[in-house]
Amino acid sequence: MTTGTSVTTATAPLVELDDVSKYYGNIRALEGVSLEVRAGEITCVLGDNGAGKSTLIKIVAGLHRHDAGTFRIEGEEVALANPRDALDRGIATVYQDLAVVPLMPVWRNFFLGSEPTKGKGPLKRLDAGLMRTTTREALLRMGIDLRDVDQPIGTLSGGERQCVAIARAVHFGAKVLVLDEPTAALGVKQSGVVLKYVAAARDQGLGVVLITHNPHHAHLVGDRFVLLKRGVMAGSHTKDSVTLDELTRQMAGGSELEDLRHELERPSAT
Amino acid sequence: MSSTAPPSGIDHVDERLLRTTPLKKLLARPELGSVVGAAAVFVFFAVFADSFLRASSLGTVLYAASTIGIMAVPVALLMIGGEFDLSAGVMVTSSALVSSMFSYQMTANVWVGVGVSLLVTLAIGVFNGVMLTRTKLPSFIITLGTFLMLTGLNLGLTKLISGTVSTKTIADMEGFPSARKLFASQLTLGGVEFKVTILWWFGLVALATWILLRTRFGNWIFAVGGGAEAARAVGVPVRRTKIGLYAGVALCAWISGQHLLFSFDVVQSGEGVGNELIYIIAAVIGGCLITGGYGSAIGSAVGALIFGMTSKGIVYAEWNPDWFKFFLGAMLLLATLLNAWIRKRVEATK
Repeated sequence: MTTGTSVTTATAPLVELDDVSKYYGNIRALEGVSLEVRAGEITCVLGDNGAGKSTLIKIVAGLHRHDAGTFRIEGEEVALANPRDALDRGIATVYQDLAVVPLMPVWRNFFLGSEPTKGKGPLKRLDAGLMRTTTREALLRMGIDLRDVDQPIGTLSGGERQCVAIARAVHFGAKVLVLDEPTAALGVKQSGVVLKYVAAARDQGLGVVLITHNPHHAHLVGDRFVLLKRGVMAGSHTKDSVTLDELTRQMAGGSELEDLRHELERPSAT
Repeated sequence: MSSTAPPSGIDHVDERLLRTTPLKKLLARPELGSVVGAAAVFVFFAVFADSFLRASSLGTVLYAASTIGIMAVPVALLMIGGEFDLSAGVMVTSSALVSSMFSYQMTANVWVGVGVSLLVTLAIGVFNGVMLTRTKLPSFIITLGTFLMLTGLNLGLTKLISGTVSTKTIADMEGFPSARKLFASQLTLGGVEFKVTILWWFGLVALATWILLRTRFGNWIFAVGGGAEAARAVGVPVRRTKIGLYAGVALCAWISGQHLLFSFDVVQSGEGVGNELIYIIAAVIGGCLITGGYGSAIGSAVGALIFGMTSKGIVYAEWNPDWFKFFLGAMLLLATLLNAWIRKRVEATK
């Protein structure tokens, strides 16, 4: 991975982190992490619980500021102030649990924070008709066929909710889609559906950051892989340079897995 | 913009979508439980209190409902936004006291006092909102603090300035008649007298319903109550929304306070304590979810109407008014259970 300079703006990655660190008081949450996200590519961030995946996502999403290193968006160095700032720069983040407001109808959720209005002055109001039809169309375009856009989004399945959130990001012209463990709480079939929409977003020209602890899912769709371990980078690969087995082994911690096997074998031996 | 996944159901009606009957749509409304309750209370008193059905009673019941209803509207909006305001009751009294004492001490036109009172009351509301969003403490604690401070200030300052626990009458002061017309006049309609607060109440319910269902701010109210973190993540100004809701409570407290002042000329500084719970009860009976994210302004109005019918119905039935609180408590429990049951059924059939 090369370090982008201002000369290479034309081919600069959509998002580039270079040697980025983040500390919470005396806790080293993230140190010296680099990654790049390009249009039409999926960059996977892999790591176990506590590896710093959430911290990384929060920096990219604008929830936290990084303490060291450089963060570039399309070649320009930035320090995001808040999520709105990130959104305005084309970075949309879909959180596993925080993607939607469960009690609100699908169409209200879809436009939340970016509601279209019509009329002027005191008569300025939500364009509810447009919101409903646009929601339906945008979901269909992503291949999501929803029963009823008026139902509370909490009544949808976890996978469907993720898909709505992805479709929302695509619709609002996101250039970079950040997905926080979109398949973590899902079954095999639903995970497949979500990965399909991730691929659909990629094919529409978006750069995708996929956070996951499942190397199988990552290897299916990923173009680049960044492995995190206890806050530092444990590896960085492109699709050509790594096999699924190698990825799985590194992800599981290699020797740690060996130890675990020994530990687990003992009871069955007696 | 071609997608990889072929959509399966563009051209035909989705077979998974059962036909929604109008009845089911009605059942999904948050205020349904309260409407059923209101009908039951109405029938109950129509049977047991002879004078309840008289035309003149209508004006009285609606007036009782409106004094609660004016405050129940912003309290309901605040509850949908996920917060409480325990200072709402005494804030009404504070607003009236400021208005009255400022006019009296400055010997100014009462409208000046009314204006000053508006600013002071809004400042209290904004204080609540800013404290809440800055400290991130529960609104229960923040507004309990404001409640106690205002209670003390109301009594202390009034005694300090007026020498007694009530304000001096301002009925003979300049501007009083016109202010009274706006805040405490009566209209006669078909031989029945209606207080102007009923108009204020209906107006506020309509305005709040419009805001909730048809404006961006309304969308944000539901969002900050139903999932503040999710709302923040998609760019909703959570802080501003909550501060705005507290300012709304203050605005309505000002309207209520001015009504209090101009209908009685004097204000008792100890009034208002306990009313904050009645506003909350009206909102909850009206179908507002106590944890936020769900409810309606119309529901709060029905809750206030139940309150008005019960408080006056007991009088018309010539029962001991001591029973009123018992009725109110039973109503609260029943309405909440009914709401929970309906919501569960509606969501189960989805």
